[in-house]
Amino acid sequence: MAQKLVVIGNGMAPGRALERLFESAPGAYEVTIFNAEPRVNYDRIMLSPVLSGEKTFEEIVIHGDGWYVQNGVTLYKGHKVVAIDRAARTVTSDHGVVASFDKLIVATGSVPVIIPVPGHDLAGVLSYRDLDDVTAMLLAARSGGRAVVIGGGLLGLEAAAGLRGQGMEVTVLHLMPTLMERQLDTTAGHLLQRAIEARGISVVTRASTKAILGKPTAQGSDRVRAVLLEDGTEIPADLVVMAVGIRPNAVLAKEAGITVNRGIVTDAGMRTSDPDIFALGECAENDGQVFGLVAPLYEMANVVAAQLAGDETAAFKASATATKLKVTGVNLFSAGDFAEGKDREEIVLRDAARSIYKRLVIKDDKLTGVVMFGDTSDGAWFFDLLRRGADISELRETLIFGPSYAGGAAQDPTAAVAALPEDAEICGCNGVCKGRITGAIDTLGLKTLDDVRAHTKASASCGSCTGLVEQLLKSKLGDAYSPAAVQPMCGCTHLGHDDVRRLIVADELKTIPDLMQALEWKSSGGCAKCRPALNYYLLATWPGAYADDNQSRFINERVHANIQKDGTFSVVPRMWGGMTSAKELRAIADVVEKFNVPTVKVTGGQRIDMLGIKKEDLPAVWADLNAAGMVSGAAYAKGLRTVKTCVGSDWCRFGTQDSTGLGIKIEKFMWGSWTPAKVKMAVSGCPRNCAEATCKDVGVICVESGYDIHFAGAAGLDIKGTILLGHVDTEADAIAVIAALVQLYREQGRYLERIYKWANRVGVETVRAQVLDDLERRQALYARFVYAQKFAQIDPWAERVAGKDAHEFRPLASIATAEAAE
Amino acid sequence: MTILETAWIDIGAVDDIPREGARVVRTAAGCVAVFRTRDDEVFALDDRCPHKGGPLSQGIVHGHSVTCPLHNWVISLKSGAAQGADEGQARTYRLRVGEGRILLDAASLTCNPKH
Repeated sequence: MAQKLVVIGNGMAPGRALERLFESAPGAYEVTIFNAEPRVNYDRIMLSPVLSGEKTFEEIVIHGDGWYVQNGVTLYKGHKVVAIDRAARTVTSDHGVVASFDKLIVATGSVPVIIPVPGHDLAGVLSYRDLDDVTAMLLAARSGGRAVVIGGGLLGLEAAAGLRGQGMEVTVLHLMPTLMERQLDTTAGHLLQRAIEARGISVVTRASTKAILGKPTAQGSDRVRAVLLEDGTEIPADLVVMAVGIRPNAVLAKEAGITVNRGIVTDAGMRTSDPDIFALGECAENDGQVFGLVAPLYEMANVVAAQLAGDETAAFKASATATKLKVTGVNLFSAGDFAEGKDREEIVLRDAARSIYKRLVIKDDKLTGVVMFGDTSDGAWFFDLLRRGADISELRETLIFGPSYAGGAAQDPTAAVAALPEDAEICGCNGVCKGRITGAIDTLGLKTLDDVRAHTKASASCGSCTGLVEQLLKSKLGDAYSPAAVQPMCGCTHLGHDDVRRLIVADELKTIPDLMQALEWKSSGGCAKCRPALNYYLLATWPGAYADDNQSRFINERVHANIQKDGTFSVVPRMWGGMTSAKELRAIADVVEKFNVPTVKVTGGQRIDMLGIKKEDLPAVWADLNAAGMVSGAAYAKGLRTVKTCVGSDWCRFGTQDSTGLGIKIEKFMWGSWTPAKVKMAVSGCPRNCAEATCKDVGVICVESGYDIHFAGAAGLDIKGTILLGHVDTEADAIAVIAALVQLYREQGRYLERIYKWANRVGVETVRAQVLDDLERRQALYARFVYAQKFAQIDPWAERVAGKDAHEFRPLASIATAEAAE
Repeated sequence: MTILETAWIDIGAVDDIPREGARVVRTAAGCVAVFRTRDDEVFALDDRCPHKGGPLSQGIVHGHSVTCPLHNWVISLKSGAAQGADEGQARTYRLRVGEGRILLDAASLTCNPKH
């Protein structure tokens, strides 16, 4: 029988722990969560983009309501646990709900530090901790005015930038001489201050707050009017945000008699002084340390999940963490310890004109600290060296120039590549080293990039090593090498699709305007060809971080319906695996009558299309379909369309496997994902192939021994039978391979390039090697797909029924004849 | 109130239209598409592509042009003329922007040759 697991707190750390637990020990626990906040688990790190208006709350939700239902979790929203009774093994909420537990996770997070100056409790003084704070700030910002942010650390600066973005006049007060002194050295602190000031935010350092001054209001309670500093300066303020730090919220545990120091004391397995009770997240103290950044908290979550799943050896060890500021346009990276010291040396690079500053701190031939400002593109590489404790004595001379120069001393890129050792890996996707490429150039007389791709597979997959391969060709052939002309994406650029995708990753380009600036777009705002492509590339490259640009989408994807020749729309709800029910059919029939839908048609993808719906009726139509449990079928999307199935072993006398069930599983797992072009799938229960799986983008043919996975078919402009990718024995493997295949396509495909064209371009063998043969690569692709799905599986219809993009469905104005005739 | 003042009809705020987007104004003479560009200029055109009558308000706005959602004709927001190799003309409407509000010239609505 399942044990009872109670979780107090519903933040990111327990969310991650439960995800891991459900993966490794499904069904082992019956889970109950108490969340003091009245909502689901969301990405607290992304609150700043919500404040600045770059994201909405819906976009930062990690687990929607459906996740809790799917995993059988009971979630009490808005219930604060007031007592843990360790003797009775129960917890009690402020609404009187009592839940008993076999195992308990305390994840009560942290509370903001409030400086106890006079006036700290005035109306208009806020902290910056959760969505309620953000909502309050947005409300205050609506009436404009002045804001003072006390605290020039990570949170304070993000709050300041957000409020400034909302149009307020903002002053940041910081006690120390430079900003973010815990993460930055003084030089970077000054550069940061200049960048913050350039955004129109005033910064006062060495500012010690004496009091917050109030004024009486009509409502009776006093409201903030200014902040008074020790030196007598008065700074007018309509809003004060205190962002001076956090401390672990350990009160509840302490009251229950659990050992508490700064935080709740835990052992290596994250168990508290009561071995059935775990502490997790910002409230936990481990080895004398408490934590506030997400990476170590996720590490803790993995340990708790492993312990709960029975692995008592799982142990938490604090590792180095890296910091990035989430203020658009300010690039800053810091990791490790960069204090000066006798036994430490440093390497510094400055480029004043471009406001670039990089500093590496080295001790005993190992990197111990990294600070970067302006250009942070090598951050991940330095951080990896630092975390691994790698010996950098060999790289030392060119270390600061980053990985692109790590092989040689020269600054000329061709010479740098020529200096690389023969066994240096050039193409990570296909594991091709330099010696193989230069050898092939010599012995086979290769002349072009395509030659190298054809004979060595180098640069044939993701293309991120294309530059290196071209340098190798150049170093071998000299002037005899002339790079092949690339077909540009559109008239706005000379770059091809692959170059743009590569540069998005290499230069960490995260918005369309940034990309157009960095890649020197020739038009001011792109065109209808490149903008949807760029939007897709950014979305696929930075899941969760990139805010989808609605205005760069074709109308169908913008309003989640298909435009017709007369300007009306058609609506296709999802029918999972082509299955439907009386309830769904009745709801469709009701919609057809209620909205006078002129045409109802069965589609080729085993679902029902309602055509001729007026744009302004769409939200109401969707509301009715949603009410019957139906979601968008994405019949308009460059994304997963349908998974067509036959009835399989459920009914058919020839069926070998449950093809319907597998089709539904695939569709439920993969819906919502955006892809370069549309993706249609099918699952047939036997080689008779009634679901016509062998002309789909991805098709499964069930056989007695398992599943044959096909791909790269087409039945449109081109007719093409699929190619057999390979055979797997189980449903789970089939799903993993298909997800990895689609992810590889998502990462490599050019916008509007269907799977069969992509496969043709990169080579079927390359695809097979990565998604079928190389298990590690398959798992990595699968993991990236799963991660991206977190942000993709939100029903766009339900969002719009709830009011999103309301302007799309209403005219700006209606002018009556009488008025127009005046 | 003078006639001059009543000749401008307030149809809404600039901020009611998303940047690089459009909204529709319904009039007795048919729908008018009101566009807002990235640099916050506002234009009004007949919501009908000169090609096959596609609703221009539903297209992608880029620079000072819109691409029709039906067959990708590119129409200049300023002149209403089809760009590139295509030939055609969408009707334009006079408007002005004051204090963040969009004012449409009532006179230009009344003399629609099609109605």
